Parts: sequence; structure tokens; C-alpha cells
Amino acid sequence: MLDRIAAVMVKEVRQLARDRLTFGMIVGIPLMQMLLFGYAINFDLRGLRAAVVDEAGTSLSRAWIADLEASGVVEFLPPSPGVDDLRRRIDAGEVSVGVFVPPDFERRVLDRTRAPAQLLVDGGEPMVDVVARSLASVPLPRRDGAYGRPVPTLEVRTEYNPERRTAVQIVPALIGVILNMTMVIFTAAAIVRERERGNLELLITTPVRSGELMAGKLLPYVFIGLLQTSLVLAVGSLLFDVPVNGSLLDLYLAALLFIAATLTLGLVISTLARTQFQAFQLAFFTMLPSILLSGFMFPFDGMPPAAQWIAQVLPLTHFVELARGIVLRGAPLADLGGPAAKLVVFLVIALAIATLRFRKRLD
Amino acid sequence: MNDVPAIVARGLTRRFGALTAVDHVDLSVPRAGIYGFLGPNGSGKSTTLRMLCGLLEPSDGDVEVLGYRMPGEAESLRRKLGYMTQRFSLWDDLTVEENLEFLARIHGLRAAERRARIGELEAEYDLAPLASQRAGTMSGGQRQRLALAAATLHRPELLLLDEPTSAVDPQSRRDFWESLFRLAVAGTTILVSTHYMDEAERCHRLAILAEGRLVAEGAPRQLMRDIAAAVVELEADDVVAARAALQGDGAILSVAQLGTRLHALLSLDTPEPAARVRARLAAAGVAAEVHAVPASLEDVFVAATGFGSLSSSAHAAH
Repeated sequence: MLDRIAAVMVKEVRQLARDRLTFGMIVGIPLMQMLLFGYAINFDLRGLRAAVVDEAGTSLSRAWIADLEASGVVEFLPPSPGVDDLRRRIDAGEVSVGVFVPPDFERRVLDRTRAPAQLLVDGGEPMVDVVARSLASVPLPRRDGAYGRPVPTLEVRTEYNPERRTAVQIVPALIGVILNMTMVIFTAAAIVRERERGNLELLITTPVRSGELMAGKLLPYVFIGLLQTSLVLAVGSLLFDVPVNGSLLDLYLAALLFIAATLTLGLVISTLARTQFQAFQLAFFTMLPSILLSGFMFPFDGMPPAAQWIAQVLPLTHFVELARGIVLRGAPLADLGGPAAKLVVFLVIALAIATLRFRKRLD
Repeated sequence: MNDVPAIVARGLTRRFGALTAVDHVDLSVPRAGIYGFLGPNGSGKSTTLRMLCGLLEPSDGDVEVLGYRMPGEAESLRRKLGYMTQRFSLWDDLTVEENLEFLARIHGLRAAERRARIGELEAEYDLAPLASQRAGTMSGGQRQRLALAAATLHRPELLLLDEPTSAVDPQSRRDFWESLFRLAVAGTTILVSTHYMDEAERCHRLAILAEGRLVAEGAPRQLMRDIAAAVVELEADDVVAARAALQGDGAILSVAQLGTRLHALLSLDTPEPAARVRARLAAAGVAAEVHAVPASLEDVFVAATGFGSLSSSAHAAH
């Protein structure tokens, strides 16, 4: 039995080594995603294009505008002569934030019932609105106690990621996204390809058992998954200085569990798809909700209950929790029993479905 | 032992939804010989073969292959069975050697045994010069040799070949059949499906399938002798006119063209078949040379598949 599993593994690895595109994707997908998410995508928005209309023109208004720019959130283009021009520039997409300082700015500052200035924000772009609102808390420059606003009631301390770097938020969960993508697609495609090319028809008439066939086909991908995990961690640490606060062993155990779950998902897809193209479509069909609902990009708590339920079915949701817990919060795997148990449940159910559906027969 | 047939099927039936692909087929395939399935596309040849090796479950009927009841004991049969699919089903991205080695390991051959057997097969099927070539880059004939080598790797008692020569040149077909005869002499039972008459004629025994039903069965010579029709051959300059002249006679069951010749099949109770054809042609003013001839396998096929009433008498002949 072991010899037959080994035979299937050797064959699978040989084919994989010859399939340059797939082989390249094993390394290419993690690298590309790391660079994309690490460098290009930034949730901590800075340098929004902005313009100002300063109808007050006092030293206080100029000082305040200088403070806004110093926050780094906005970068001012040449000022507008009036509000109409400012609106036009926002309409035209030239700026996404406009600051309007009315002529009676100084008087409004003293009158605590009225806001001294107005912020115009392009609500059509995600994140811009949220970020621009943070400008509202920039205090007025203090001048010997005469002006100024009270200091904020709450002081924010960002634990585990004090510099609020996106890479730190992204990298641990990105391990899951990358594994999910490659494991599901590669296994589903590897099995469906054999059906499509007629290899399966021959294999069925040999003494190899379905269990041996599955094990031999999936085991190489377990190693590939662990390799990808290491790659993401290494690149994360070298380029983006993402620390692993928890135990590395725990992280690899969690990754192993997740790899098993995604491979099984790939197996289920392979029993549903007739062609490789269908397998890709199905894999993609599970991929998008995984990325959007797992808490990888958007906070899980803000989603409506239905979306949270769907997210519970997706293995990525639980792995994101595990990975962030171990990598950032330094939690031991033993303390993360909830998500780990849910992954095990997913694995068992998916395996049962795949076993029931995968028969050594053509019909 | 050799008296017990390799395959016995009774009432073998397979339905795909509303379509009945194989309809109550009875088979008895003797050991150590080449048994052919002759039939057009869609006649149920592949489906029957697939049921015999456990790839498909019969909807109805009993099958016993080498003493194993199918599909229940399919796994036990696998060690004694070689199957060559209609489409090339080895791995394009593996070399000849790697393909054979993989299948040898799957069949449980030990390392030393494996080396020896692969060497033997490479010599037998002239694959040694191609050993490190990838299967995907080989010609149709080379692939077919590889597929046969792979199917016989574990010295199976029974070899099922599903239209094995549909993608190869005539010389490769001849060589392929030489290999099959060598295997049969060595005691292998071979079941081969084909739609080529010349190949069917080489088989020791033959079953003709049409629309999922077994319409004739027997040795090719016997089938030709027992054909349920009188065969008249005519050679005419104007084949089209000759053909038209034979239309509308109830005794003339079919007319088939072979180059400048025509083969007319007449019902057996026609007293003087050649004279009757001659008379019709003379009446129509068509000049032709007419004489009665022994049936070819093609005539047998036409008789067996063309007229439902004739198939039962051909069947009853055995």
C-alpha cells in the first residue's frame, strides 16, 4: 500500500516539476501577493490630495491649515479662490478632500456651539471618508490658553502594532489567503486533469485504491503548503519586519491543519467539476467570499449576521484568527481552541463528502 | 480450466437515463483467443467493455469475468486484467520509462522484477530507443505500442482493448495485430472492439452489436457461411443506373457499393438470385456482369444490422 502511495507521489512530483507554470506559481503567487499587499496596498491612508479655501486668512487659520498638512493625512494642492471652485475640483476628481475656512473663522472658534470650519469629502472612494474624518480631531493651535479645544477624552493605544503598519495586519492572514488559493486550485486541477485526459479511466482498472490515489496526490501539496508558509514568513520578516510573537511550532501546526482543510476542499471541488475550467471557476467561487468575509480585509464584527454565518463555513476565517493570534498576540495554540476546533469540523465534514463522492468508477 | 469461458454475461444491460446503450446482451467468451466486438459508433461496444472491467455498473444482468462476479469483485479482477482505453490514457508529460515504471509499481512489482519486465517490454514493443522520450511527443503508432506494453505489464489473463487501432497507420495496425496473436498464443484472452472489417475478420470469434443488441455471434468464417441472405455481385459501367434498376424489388434486401461493383443481398427463399438480378437489369437496359458470390464479412454485417428479422435467425444458427 505504501509503495503504491509512494509511486503516485513520485509521479505527481515529476509532473509538477515539468509543469513550469504551476511550479512557478507555487513561488510566484506568495511573492507577488506579499509585494502587492506589503508595498502597494495600504489601509493606513496618507497623502490624500486636498485643497483649501481660506476666506478668513488670519494667522490662526493659516496655522491650523499648516497643522492639518503636518498630520500627513492630506497633501494640499494650490488653494481655491472660492467654494464653487473647490466643489468643481472635487467633482473633477482632482482632489478628494476640501477644507473650507469661512470668513468668520475666529468668531466661530470662540463660539463653542458652532463648528469653525467645514470638510468636504469624496464619499465615493472607500476608506477616504473614514480617514478624512480623522482630520476633524486635529486640535486648533494653542495660544497662551486663549483658544484651543479640550484634549480628546480617549487616548488610543494600538496594541501589537503600535506603528499601525498594514504589513503587520496583513502578513499573518496572508499566509491563509495564499494557501487557500494555491491548495484548492492545484489539487482540484490535478485531479480533474486526470479525469479530463482519460488517465483516470486507466487508473480505475489498476489495483490502486482511491484512498491511495488521493493520499499520493495530496501529500506533495502538504509539503508545498508548508514551503509557502515559510516563504511568506521569511519575506514578511525580511522585507516588512513582521515579528512572530508566538511559537513557530504552533503556527506550523495551525498551517498544517489549514492545509489539510483546503486540500480537502479542493478534493470536494474535484468531485464536482468535470473539466479543469469548471474546477477553476468553483475554486474562484469559494475564493472571493473567503477573502472578503474571513476578516482578512474587513473587520468580521461589522458584518451582518448572514455574512458572519457564511464566514463560519469558510476555513480561511478560522485560520486568520489562528494566525493573527499566534503571530501577533503571541497566543499559544492551546488558547485558540475555538477556531482550531472549527477547522477540524470543516476537515471532517469535507473529507466525508469527498469520500462519498469520489468513487473508483466512471458513473 | 480452459473449458470454462473467460467471460460469461447474461442479460447484460446498461441504461443512461432514457437511452439503453446495452440491451440484454448474452456473451460467452472462450479463453486464449481473440474475441471481437464489431459495431458502428454508438452500438454499445465501449459500454459493454467498461461494464466487463468494472468501470461502469450494469443496470441489469449478470456478468462473471475470470470467475469473478462483476461489479462486486472488480477489485480482485484488477490484478488479472489489462485494459487499453479508446483514447491514449497514459501520461503525456512522463517518459516511456516513467510511465511503465509508475504502472509497474501500482501493480506491485518489486524493483528487480520491475527492471526486468520493463526491459522485456521495451524489447518486445520496440520502445527501447524511445525510453526517455515523453509520451506526449510520440506518434500514434508509438503511443499505441506503449499503451499495449502498459496494459500487458502485469501479464494479465484477460486483455480488453477498446478500439485500439483507431488512430494509427496501416503498418502499425499490422504490427499491432501480430503482437495480439503472440499474446493469444501465450494463453491471453483478448477482447477487442473495432469498426474495421479487416480487423474483425482476424478475430477467432466475433460478436456483432447494433443499437446495444447482440445481433450475430460466431467465428467469422461461420458467420459468412451462415449468412441469412443470398449474395449477388454485379459489375456495371453505370453503377448508378444499375442501382436504380434494383430498387423496388421486395426480394432485394440491400445494395451496397464497393468501387465499381455492387453487392446485392437477396432473401434466402429467392429461387435463382443471380438470374433475378440479371432479369431486372436487362429490363432496365443496364449492361452488367452478374454472378452469385460467397458473403464477405461486410455482407454479414449488413445482414445482421440491416434487418431485425434476420438477426434472430443468424443468432439461432449457433
